[in-house]
Amino acid sequence: MIELKDIYKIYGDGDSEIRALDGINLSVADGEFVAIVGQSGSGKSTAMNIIGCLDVPTYGQYFLDGEDVSCMNEIQLADVRGRRLGFIFQQYNLIPKLSVLENVELPLVYKAMKPEERRLKAMSALEKVGLPDRADKYPSQLSGGQQQRVSIARALAGDPQLILADEPTGALDSKTGKDVLDFISSLNDEGKTVVLITHDMSVAQKAKRIVRIQDGKIVSDEVIREG
Amino acid sequence: MNIKQSFILAMKSLKASKMRSFLTMLGIIIGVAAVIILVSIVDGFSNTMIDAFESAGINLVNVNVRGRGSSRTVTPDDMLTFAEDNSDDIIGISPTVMASVTLKVDTENNQTTVTGVNEYYKDIKELEIGGGRFLQYIDVERRQKVCVIGSYIAKNYFETFSCVGEKIKINGNDYTVVGVLEESAGSEEGSADDIVYIPYTCATLLSRQKTISSYVVASTSKDDVTKVKKLVENYLYSIFDNSDLYTVTAVADLVDTVDELMGTLTAILVGIAGISLLVGGIGIMNIMLVSVTERTREIGIRKSLGAKPWDIMSQFVVEAATTSSMGGFIGIAFGCVSSIVAGKILGVTATPSILAILVAFSVSVAIGMFFGYFPAKKASKLNPIDALRYD
Ligand SMILES: Nc1ncnc2c1ncn2[C@@H]1O[C@H](COP(=O)(O)OP(=O)(O)OP(=O)(O)O)[C@@H](O)[C@H]1O
Ligand SMILES: [Mg+2]
Repeated sequence: MIELKDIYKIYGDGDSEIRALDGINLSVADGEFVAIVGQSGSGKSTAMNIIGCLDVPTYGQYFLDGEDVSCMNEIQLADVRGRRLGFIFQQYNLIPKLSVLENVELPLVYKAMKPEERRLKAMSALEKVGLPDRADKYPSQLSGGQQQRVSIARALAGDPQLILADEPTGALDSKTGKDVLDFISSLNDEGKTVVLITHDMSVAQKAKRIVRIQDGKIVSDEVIREG
Repeated sequence: MNIKQSFILAMKSLKASKMRSFLTMLGIIIGVAAVIILVSIVDGFSNTMIDAFESAGINLVNVNVRGRGSSRTVTPDDMLTFAEDNSDDIIGISPTVMASVTLKVDTENNQTTVTGVNEYYKDIKELEIGGGRFLQYIDVERRQKVCVIGSYIAKNYFETFSCVGEKIKINGNDYTVVGVLEESAGSEEGSADDIVYIPYTCATLLSRQKTISSYVVASTSKDDVTKVKKLVENYLYSIFDNSDLYTVTAVADLVDTVDELMGTLTAILVGIAGISLLVGGIGIMNIMLVSVTERTREIGIRKSLGAKPWDIMSQFVVEAATTSSMGGFIGIAFGCVSSIVAGKILGVTATPSILAILVAFSVSVAIGMFFGYFPAKKASKLNPIDALRYD
């Protein structure tokens, strides 16, 4: 499903250049649950942004479902983000002035789905994360864990095949963090491909495969559990 | 994302910061209101003036002869013959001789002006007789000391409208009232009802003028005025051989002049109000730029969820257009009310014109779109990851 070939991301140039990604090669098959771990500044988020089509590599090729993403234009990239990917961010990234339901509906709005259909899908996503009664609340009226569950519902609403989570538990206490994590692994059980980023090994242990990054390079890649 | 959703979103963000939205709109509100007020008041004034001209007779042509220094001249008889020769186009011609006189009835004694005319004057001016009759050929021909008075004179001097047969002293001579005109202007002093008509042959004596210099000509229809004016000009030229010796003016020409003048005035005023609209537009652009910066993160989130550049762009353009068209609406409402109030104060009927409203509204929408475009373009071009990282 994901295929990164010799991916470089270089910031700055000359003496001050930073190789955030320094020749990454990575394949992720459909249905996998991969944790990318590494120290702070090792390039985890950079890698995920490229996988998520939010950023483009300086060099290298990226194939998503066999399609070369590196040569897509902005509109095609937006389409890929909207239809095939679901993001879960550390900072939840909900829009404060929209209600919970409207936040969850947002990816569907950009898919030009009809309002009634959109509402149904968003509600069923909220039910999945156990927050249907908060649909009309605003993000600021929810706890951190609830907000993260709303953002998961939003990632699920469009029914994408690939879920990308960048430190989804980073801002949560261990109890709520564990709940969120369990939920994410249940998504994988349902067949979704999950790429999870963390610097916390206990979190990474939930995954089936751990990829370790250091200074922009993959230093180890091991399957810890069979699907 | 379609326009309707963008619109709902725009209304939301307008509501979220009411004070700011209002201040942003203020430039547009003032501009639109100013356009509507100015246009309707100028319209009101020009209508009042045109009404005045038209009640003075839109089918009239005034002739002024300055035959001085020339051996050639026209007499009232020449003019009458000319009128008869062109009776298809001309209702009649009358000399108009103004004379300053002392008017006296019993002990009431006033300085005023009498107008000397002939028997055609009634049809020329479409005067209505309330009692008695108008001047006749015989009165003019024989210099009979008779007069026809307006309702103000009748009321003021005789305290009744039925005063036919009474006598008025004009410069010491007794004039018999043979007719009283129908009231036409509320019998006010200085109005069309404050008038005394006498035979022009008598008036020339009172005014001590040797020649008659001014005539009024009425065309059979108001569409004929230009033709009649031409006829009169040709006739006078055939006599004087020099167009400097007389002037021929049609009331209709004055109406055109007023129209033209008011058009220019409107254009200037609307231009000035337009500057306010421009400033309002720049205000909108400024606030939209601020808004794009403030919402950079939101833009990043939307892009990560699949928003295309066009979606982001339409959101901001629609928001700008909504802001300015709301301003336009408020401006129109405010402008309509104010122009009616201002019209009342100024004593003109200032009706806000549909055209002005439509133009003002579409201009304000256009301004929003135009000045919203640049910030919207900027927002749509943001790189998703930079936008997401923005704090
Ligand atoms: N926009 C940028 N400009 C310059 N350098 C950048 C930029 N973004 C990231 N970097 C650099 O790239 C390197 C990798 O950053 P990245 O955010 O991927 O790290 P990370 O592994 O996600 O770290 P953390 O665990 O702290 O989130 C860092 O050294 C960072 O300073
Ligand atoms: Mg990171």
